[in-house]
Amino acid sequence: MAAIDGRTPVRSSTAWTRLQWGFADSWTVARRHLMHIRYMPDKLLEVTIQPIMFVLLFAYVFGSAIAVPGGNYKAFLMPGIFAQNMMFAAMPIMAAMVQDMQRGVIDRFRSLPMSRAAVLIGHIGASFLESMLGLAVMVVCGLIVGWRPLLGVASTGEAILVLMLFSFAMTTVGAFLGLVVKSVEAAQSIGFIVIFPLTFVANTFVPTAGMPGWLRAAADWNPVSAVVQATRQLFGNAAAVPPGHGTWTLQHPVIASAIFGGLLIAFFLPLAVWRFRRMLSK
Amino acid sequence: MATTTGVAPTIRADGLIKHFGKVTALAGVTFAAAPGTVLGLLGPNGAGKTTAVRILTTLLMPDGGHAAIAGYDVVRHPQAVRERIGLAGQQASVDEYLTGRDNLVMAGRLYHLPMKAARRRADELLERFELAEAASRLVKNYSGGMRRRLDLATSLVVSPPVLLLDEPTTGLDPRSRMGMWAVIRELVQDGTTLLLTTQYLEEADQLADHIAVIDLGGVVAQGSPDELKRSVGGERLDVQVRDPRQLAAAAGAMERACGHPPAVDPDVRRLTMAVDGGAAALTAVVREFDAAHVVVEDIALRRPTLDEVFMKLTGHATQGAAEPPAEGRGRRPKA
Repeated sequence: MAAIDGRTPVRSSTAWTRLQWGFADSWTVARRHLMHIRYMPDKLLEVTIQPIMFVLLFAYVFGSAIAVPGGNYKAFLMPGIFAQNMMFAAMPIMAAMVQDMQRGVIDRFRSLPMSRAAVLIGHIGASFLESMLGLAVMVVCGLIVGWRPLLGVASTGEAILVLMLFSFAMTTVGAFLGLVVKSVEAAQSIGFIVIFPLTFVANTFVPTAGMPGWLRAAADWNPVSAVVQATRQLFGNAAAVPPGHGTWTLQHPVIASAIFGGLLIAFFLPLAVWRFRRMLSK
Repeated sequence: MATTTGVAPTIRADGLIKHFGKVTALAGVTFAAAPGTVLGLLGPNGAGKTTAVRILTTLLMPDGGHAAIAGYDVVRHPQAVRERIGLAGQQASVDEYLTGRDNLVMAGRLYHLPMKAARRRADELLERFELAEAASRLVKNYSGGMRRRLDLATSLVVSPPVLLLDEPTTGLDPRSRMGMWAVIRELVQDGTTLLLTTQYLEEADQLADHIAVIDLGGVVAQGSPDELKRSVGGERLDVQVRDPRQLAAAAGAMERACGHPPAVDPDVRRLTMAVDGGAAALTAVVREFDAAHVVVEDIALRRPTLDEVFMKLTGHATQGAAEPPAEGRGRRPKA
């Protein structure tokens, strides 16, 4: 039925104002998450204390028994920890999405005249920022235990960009999964059953050379390995993999990381948008 | 109907149909609320009340039928609808990990108020809903009543002309419920058109101008509370005798006075019957009691309660259908 009095909505009328409000709404939603941190600093444990614990555990406990090429385990370890935590970026957003849906917060948002996309963009933006905060904490932590980027500003910046891209990609994965799973517990199980092992079956903490053949193949093709290798090279913490050794993804880790990250985003971002819109007609 | 004045209804549902898989949640529901009136959707859990509210608030697409708010079709002009409604209750929720004020300011921003205006409005609402003292506390630590008030306040950030409250008092203690009723009455005085769903007959009776009784996805009756009460017949005569051994004598006396036997509840020594004559019937019954030496503890003439209306219309009591069964609620196969 058309409007009885012939009025048209005053707001959201042109594409330009819609876009402006889309940004403003996204920021409002993202800000909400950042405010949660103010009231619940423990929310940050996952991106701060946990990585620090990993650094200390591996640097001083396992590191004492792990031999790596070049002999400097801390230099080997830190890029691995960075990449692992970028993988974990999928977890908090998954839990946040599930909780918001269960508690009716998403429904409240959807009954407001705000941009629909902003709910998703805000969630992704806030989770990405949180993950970046975690990365900053880890970099400082790494510097304290003796890790150093060795190849100058440009190369270091490039390494950070690779990590950022991967963090963002995993955030979109988490956004989609958060819209699919039904409970926070399910979201956590995905974290522990899928994401956690993925970060270990790789060159993250140990060289893959010592693994059984079939596992080594999986580890070498694992996108996490490409990201770790890329950051190790760009930070100057490891030599490039020479031609004839390892997989193509390890020989060209930066390009491979960009491709993996791009593919994840290209696949999961539209999927998350689709899923979010589909909830409308459910 | 509420539209007899010829004014276009502010809230209108016309033959709404909604299926969830094989389950039919709404099987063609029609109701309307005239501007500035309160429409009560009354029904047990699982009757389809929330589904109707979700469609009216653009959260859900109907499978059939039409719904409009202030003349805007909810499917074709969802954004225009969202600009005119406030939603509170089961479906919309406040953020537990923000303070009361943060919640209101955020909602103001999402209604596209400038930051300053959003803050000012938040403080006004906190004051009005007696939350000013708790404004800086996390909602997580609010009581149930405070949370509902904040929820309602959030839906009022831009003073929307249409308000939809989905079971606003479910789970509240009697005192908080009274408080909520007072707030709702105040809103209606300001000219807000209100749709209210409830399982409580008393609540619909207290607040609504017009009631649509919903059961199993369909409207089984509508009208004003008075009309609905009248529809189950005239007044009721309640008698309580002192001595349970006199129940039979009392029943006989009542039958002699009014021509039909009363319903007897021996547990509470109570006899109830529908009467037509009002006070005359009462006098006749008292005379017969005197003659039969029946000692009466209490005798009262009253209108039927909405509980009795509900019982008659749906064939079951309001509390009977606590949970909807997962399957088998459908009356039609999926189209």
